[in-house]
Amino acid sequence: MFEEIGTTAEGDLVINMGPQHPATHGVLHLLITLNGETIKKVEPHLGYIHRSIEKMCESLTYRQFIYVTSRMDYLSAHINNHCCALCVEKGLQIEIPSRAQVIRILVDELTRIASHELWWGAMAMDLGAFTPFFYAFRERETINDIMEETSGARLTMNYIVPGGVMADIHPNFQKRVKSFIQLFKSKVDEYDELVTGNVIFQGRMKGVGVLSKEDAISYGCTGPAARGSGVNCDIRKLYPYEIYNTLEFDEILETAGDSFARYMVRIREMKQSIRIIEQLIDNIPEGDFQAKTKAVLKLPKGEFYQRVETARGELGVYIISEGGTTPYRIKFRSPGFSNLSALDHIARAGKIGDLVATMGTLDLVIPDIDR
Amino acid sequence: MLNEELKITIAEWLSSATFDESGEWLNINIEPQDWPILAKKLRNDENHVFDFLFCLTCVDWKTHLTMVYHLTSTKYRHNIVIKSKLNRDNPEIETVSDIWRTAEFHEREVYEMFGVNFINHPDLRLLILPDGWEGKNPMRKDFEDPINMIKL
Repeated sequence: MFEEIGTTAEGDLVINMGPQHPATHGVLHLLITLNGETIKKVEPHLGYIHRSIEKMCESLTYRQFIYVTSRMDYLSAHINNHCCALCVEKGLQIEIPSRAQVIRILVDELTRIASHELWWGAMAMDLGAFTPFFYAFRERETINDIMEETSGARLTMNYIVPGGVMADIHPNFQKRVKSFIQLFKSKVDEYDELVTGNVIFQGRMKGVGVLSKEDAISYGCTGPAARGSGVNCDIRKLYPYEIYNTLEFDEILETAGDSFARYMVRIREMKQSIRIIEQLIDNIPEGDFQAKTKAVLKLPKGEFYQRVETARGELGVYIISEGGTTPYRIKFRSPGFSNLSALDHIARAGKIGDLVATMGTLDLVIPDIDR
Repeated sequence: MLNEELKITIAEWLSSATFDESGEWLNINIEPQDWPILAKKLRNDENHVFDFLFCLTCVDWKTHLTMVYHLTSTKYRHNIVIKSKLNRDNPEIETVSDIWRTAEFHEREVYEMFGVNFINHPDLRLLILPDGWEGKNPMRKDFEDPINMIKL
């Protein structure tokens, strides 16, 4: 592919962006065709971090494969685990205790906040503002500490397992989450003051990288990337799992479809996550944190599909079982893969300088795309 | 929309289609040559509008390959699964990337991992595997890689 770089017969310039570019946040390689500063084509080359997780899972049991999925979208590790656990539970037809359900949602929403915070800091850094990165990491660190106390890990938690959660929450969990929420509420406003209202920032975001509603659906975009274009696609609302249907929160929709709309969706979503946590943190039911399951899980013959809303969009787990202890075939429908496919369409006819803003607001996580 | 209504409409469009309701959603088994016409109808019919292809994948059953398309409608919220058996030695099916743009990337992934040839695909090249990859398709069941394969 590297011999393609240079000037084409029409006089267009073909350049590389990545795989080691700091704004791709991972090993994504884009081959960009430019006419002056205008983008004519963006061609993603994937596979630099491909581990063939789907193939690996075919030789792992239903208890083991969940650990691999934390390594897909490592910023939504809990939610990946959650999706797999739900899919296995769907096959086994087991009910999980209400305590486990509430704990699962709490850690999911904390993960969503942590993920959006990292995105916010990193995206502002892409646009040249370095301070937000430190601000975001300061608060994200608190969430990591809470996770570490309860699950023993800071990034790849593997905490949600078929039947419930791995261990009960730490005695400090409720106290620390509450003090975090208290702190974080004032911080979100600080973020708005620092970045959202900034004239330069808005100038670089508004009207840049516009994705229409029809295109968002056609390209299979989900999550904040699609909700910025006005597509109702929050799985928590459409196909509620656990006890999301009993909770009060809003699906955030923006209609402009540009980078700024996608940005605003995530900022407003963080506030909704706080709302969800506030409803649950004092109401964690007593009881078991895990249902009684067999040591070796065997799914009946059949097909099972489960989708959840990760921080990036709709994650789907499709298990085909032949009745054994390992899946016959497993497919992960990762949100990033579909969102990336729209990048060429969004970036075309835009300026090369805007590409970073567009990519930043799509919130690409490369291990999630490559799997 | 209820599965019964969906079944009646699809049977009208395509008499050779067979149905399977054992799973969560209605499964429709079709022949690969019928897929492009049915896909257009599913996408464009006003009473169905299956506009969101949320999962496209392939399964190697050792004797044959099966293409699996998960479709939903953002308007009516009904889901269906389309399945089509392909010959394992020379798997071919028409592309749907002109109907659902998301299929372009997903079909490229299936092309390299399973070796399915998507007819009329605009850009059928390797996506994830390195350039110059030769040999078998990694996601097929008979793929062996003595160096990198993880076996437990």
